[in-house]
Amino acid sequence: MASQSIRRVYRWRVVDIVVASVLAVASGMVFVVWNIASNPIGASLSAVLPGLQALMGGMWLFAGVLTALVIRKPGAALYGELVAATVSALVGNQWGVMTIESGLVQGLAAELVFAAFLYRKWGLPVALLAGAAAGLGMALNDLILWYVGSAVTFWTIYIVAGVVSGAIIAGALSWYVVRGLAKTGALSRFASGRVGAPADARP
Amino acid sequence: MSTIATVPTEHDTNINPVAKLLAASAITVGLVLSVDWMSALTALILEIALLLVLRVRLRALAKRGALIAVAAAMTAVTIALYGVRSGTVHWHFLLITVSDGSLSLAIATFLRVLAIALPAVFLFIDTDPTELADGLGQVVRLPARFVLGALAGVRMIGLLGQDWQYLGYARRARGVADHARIRRAAGQAFALLVFAVRRGTMLATAMEARGFGAHPTRTWARPSPFGWREVALIVAAIGIVAIAITASVVTGHWNFIGTQ
Amino acid sequence: MTPPPRHTRGAAVLARDWHWRHAGRAQWAVSGLDLTIEPGERVLLLGASGSGKSTLLQGFAGLLDSDEDGDESGVLLVDGGPPAERRNRIGMVLQNPDAQVILSRVGDDVAFGMENFRVPRAEIWPRVQQVLAATGLNLPVRHDTSHLSGGQKQRLALAGVLAMNPGLLLLDEPTANLDPAGVGEVRDAVVAAVERSGSTLIVIEHRTAAWLPVVNRVIVLGHTGHVVADGSPEEILDRQREDLRRAGVWVPGADLPVLARNRVPGTPLLRADGLSVGYPSSAATGGLDFEISRGTTTVVTGPNGAGKSALALTLGGLLPPRGGHLSADPGFAPSAHRREPVRWRSRELLTRIGSVFQNPEHQFLTGSVLDELALGPRALKQDSATVTAVCTELMERLHLAHLAQANPYTLSGGEQRRLSVATVLATKPETVMLDEPTFGQDRNTWEELLHLLADIAEHGTAVVAVTHDADFAALLADQQIELGQYDALAGPR
Repeated sequence: MASQSIRRVYRWRVVDIVVASVLAVASGMVFVVWNIASNPIGASLSAVLPGLQALMGGMWLFAGVLTALVIRKPGAALYGELVAATVSALVGNQWGVMTIESGLVQGLAAELVFAAFLYRKWGLPVALLAGAAAGLGMALNDLILWYVGSAVTFWTIYIVAGVVSGAIIAGALSWYVVRGLAKTGALSRFASGRVGAPADARP
Repeated sequence: MSTIATVPTEHDTNINPVAKLLAASAITVGLVLSVDWMSALTALILEIALLLVLRVRLRALAKRGALIAVAAAMTAVTIALYGVRSGTVHWHFLLITVSDGSLSLAIATFLRVLAIALPAVFLFIDTDPTELADGLGQVVRLPARFVLGALAGVRMIGLLGQDWQYLGYARRARGVADHARIRRAAGQAFALLVFAVRRGTMLATAMEARGFGAHPTRTWARPSPFGWREVALIVAAIGIVAIAITASVVTGHWNFIGTQ
Repeated sequence: MTPPPRHTRGAAVLARDWHWRHAGRAQWAVSGLDLTIEPGERVLLLGASGSGKSTLLQGFAGLLDSDEDGDESGVLLVDGGPPAERRNRIGMVLQNPDAQVILSRVGDDVAFGMENFRVPRAEIWPRVQQVLAATGLNLPVRHDTSHLSGGQKQRLALAGVLAMNPGLLLLDEPTANLDPAGVGEVRDAVVAAVERSGSTLIVIEHRTAAWLPVVNRVIVLGHTGHVVADGSPEEILDRQREDLRRAGVWVPGADLPVLARNRVPGTPLLRADGLSVGYPSSAATGGLDFEISRGTTTVVTGPNGAGKSALALTLGGLLPPRGGHLSADPGFAPSAHRREPVRWRSRELLTRIGSVFQNPEHQFLTGSVLDELALGPRALKQDSATVTAVCTELMERLHLAHLAQANPYTLSGGEQRRLSVATVLATKPETVMLDEPTFGQDRNTWEELLHLLADIAEHGTAVVAVTHDADFAALLADQQIELGQYDALAGPR
């Protein structure tokens, strides 16, 4: 039996569920902090250029991409983003239960990107793309639900800012964090922890 | 030592969290459909009446409500300044256009955000995660492996507080805590993430060592009752939404996701 | 699926030419294992770290999934069937008390296993009460599980497992991270349970003194996981004594090392006056008066919850005192009017007080062993030649040279402990504080630490260690501070 072959198993093990939940809840906590911190920062950004506040949106998008990059199974992006959004909603914020709905949309967008690559590609380009897709989903969702009645310029700037923020924060940052985690050996029970093996003490 | 051989019933007076979730969702979905101040205001008044009936803790509510009110105000200001121009223009500067239309939309948005956010805050102030998980597994019938795996993960995160403190002490003891605060905080957050993932992995092994996932079905030690009180809450929520929407349509303010 | 034999209390275990390799590794963790265990036997599994004992136990528990977790060959059977199909007959307790608590209330946590095996609700709660009584945990079912001691948490895990009525009870170093009182509690609970139910028991532990009286068979595993020795406890101890000692097992009756020390205490460095310590949100332990002098070793003892860790943090300048004073000698403090360690800057602490925490992983800041060692000297702005010299010397002294590029989190428990001590020594502080340095360590690391600490004390460093370990304290301490009793000072020896 080849030891280095990557077997494609799609069923979630218990460790997949628990660690995905841990990552999602941790991300949810970051969301809670960001819910509050984003208000003043967003206000200043939108004063500079209306629609630019979407640049901060990436911080609400990384849960799905991060979870998917670690767990590498179908549904991971959706699960991560949804659970993180639920944590954020339960603590209480200005979007109420609609937070969960945004989580659904954002997670689904990232999930579609990973699905398009048949859940086989997990490198930086795919991560960037998934983050960008989540950004697009977030932007469209926000504009339709909350920024109704805004000008076309606003819409354009919002969408572009959302996509860029998603690609960089949700895509690239998540990818680097996962790589860092893999090096500590914390991901030894996942495929993401074995490719490009850590500087291990043992052979 | 307690010799009660029956199920613990301390939370008899609490309503099933699933009912709370459904009620909050009903109100939210209804209100999201229109951007007008009439439906939002009606709903807001009725919601406050509901919370008084439910005897929700007012102090905790006020704290969270304050944060939300600030956020709602900021969103409203954004709309006021950058909304679509309609009616008399009051002030114009670069990209800022304050007009009648944008002002009325801003007020409507402020009320709408409050009306949508408040139910979620009210209803979840006292929810016990284990109860919620029991509800999601038994009432909504979500897959038990995911619900309980998530519950275990949620609980584990709550215990990381002491680790965070020790990580901070360690940085001071290792001589790096005098400057570069943000970089240090990022490093500390990453270290905490490593802890969280490793503890989660060990927890998963422990859960499997007790047979988790061995059979496709399971029994539930704690019941999740869904009785008349839960139904009453959901009916009340639907009622609030119905009244709010009716009031809005009847007075001509209905504005389906801002199509006017 | 082969049905299990009925009415057999203990489970029979069989391994024939069994191999296992973890996914992504090149070496086999266990190869060519042949083993038979009869129902009702009580087995102690010994061997050096890395000999695959935990892997074997996980295999018995049915936790190794050959699709994703690794590669398997050979046969492993419990009660005649693969372990994955026998999971309702097998229960396992792991090493880390904190990582095994699944739910927030005691009753819920115990009921968890039964829920998994579809025990009807009406039977669950009576069994919860029975099993809590059986393990001596007299707590209400609503008690918060995060407020339990380590020994209580392990007993809770044991209760959860026993509630499933297992035929095979697997224990992976259940008492390694417990204080002596906790060890006794858990051991007694296991003995009572096994005697009542007749289950088969397999225990891995390197502190054998507590467990040898309990078992009737000892199996020793070698480096690639095959059986090196197998027999009754007396036989094995006789024949394998030296090998076991070299592998780091705590063989009872082995001689303790002799430490020759010239105890000439130097000038005082820190002085405590009516000092009371405690975490910000809990009670304070008060009224301590003592002095820490150069070249002496001080040991802090006391029951759980008495504030030993808080004292270590306070002495390390990391936690402010809750009352009284802790002040440094004017020559020791960085400036005359900042005599309290908690007011010193982080860099000033590096050369004065070094702290070693109970969990070494809390102190890892970089991605390789070499960077960890270099971090302190670099923070002191030493030039790269000095830094390299210091690191090389420390790696030699603590046998870490072959691990220079390894990530600190991937090291074994003993290696992590040595690394955390080494990083503190890199900046040559005049005082070193250690919180439970010997927790969970095998015999070899224990001796090394003992000699190392005695050595640095000899060279003028003040050593303060918080510990439960009576042998360690007896061999090393010049001075003992006993917490849990107000104004306690046992005086210099």
